[in-house]
Amino acid sequence: MDREPELDIHAHPPIDQSPSPMNIDYASFSPATAALGGLLIGLAAAALLATLGRIAGISGILFGMVWGASSDRIWRMAFILGLLAAPGAWTLFGGIAPASESPAELPALIIAGLLVGIGTQLGSGCTSGHGVCGLARRSLRSLAATLSFMTSGFLMVGIIQQSPSLATFISFVSSKF
Amino acid sequence: MKKPLVSFLVGLVFGLGLILSGMSHPDKVLGFLDIAGLWDPSLALVMAGAVGVGLVTTPWLVRRQKTLLGEAIQLPSNQHISGRLLVGSLMFGAGWGVAGFCPGPALVGLASGMQSALIFVGAMFAGFAIFRWLDNRLYQVPQ
Repeated sequence: MDREPELDIHAHPPIDQSPSPMNIDYASFSPATAALGGLLIGLAAAALLATLGRIAGISGILFGMVWGASSDRIWRMAFILGLLAAPGAWTLFGGIAPASESPAELPALIIAGLLVGIGTQLGSGCTSGHGVCGLARRSLRSLAATLSFMTSGFLMVGIIQQSPSLATFISFVSSKF
Repeated sequence: MKKPLVSFLVGLVFGLGLILSGMSHPDKVLGFLDIAGLWDPSLALVMAGAVGVGLVTTPWLVRRQKTLLGEAIQLPSNQHISGRLLVGSLMFGAGWGVAGFCPGPALVGLASGMQSALIFVGAMFAGFAIFRWLDNRLYQVPQ
């Protein structure tokens, strides 16, 4: 798989670059691997439900591994270990482990981690628990959660990408750390 | 001993799916979230593939009383669309949009040796701990 060009969070897109409302990044678009990877994720989630009878929600498994019922600690830990073993297994089969770092600077990374940590617990799930398993169960609650995190995700990236002043401010603040 | 082994293998397949799909690359995720800029629609297909499998298998699996390992099926029973759910999900999405990491891909990134994933996962656990502290004080009625 070809590596996509680095996405620079501080790059200022030219204003009024196109009259079309949507510009598709055809160079990065990878429909086949995306769909196949999605199938694997869906199969893993189905397998967890078929064997342990549990929802494959990563934020819940991770939180429960530390603070949940002790009787569920072992399977949760085993699941997380499996997840952590994936890049190693991927390279064993000749793949290249993901290496592209997040473009966010240190303070932004910490704020993002805190938001995801608190948010997933307050909202009882993340992309896997609500976005994959919840939608598959046709849960309205998960649909509401998914629409919410998608909306704020789109808005946040839109603000960071489209606002040169904010990007300048973030890089100014980041340079102080 | 069967449960941990099965769980490990399922986690492994889940992680391989994240890597193959491109979800473990923060720039790929941010490219998907950047609908107003140069948009990479790949992640919509990841969701479609994963949810597609689930839509077919879940009703069939849930109808069975016991799982293949003889376990009870445990599904969330809460149907209420609460303020807590919406505020939490909005917070999560905002963090996702800043870093390009959600919990699963962050763990895969951590195991791949990404420094940004290490910082993110550390902060995420701090977030878990803050949530737990707040939850115990603000929401739980003492017995």
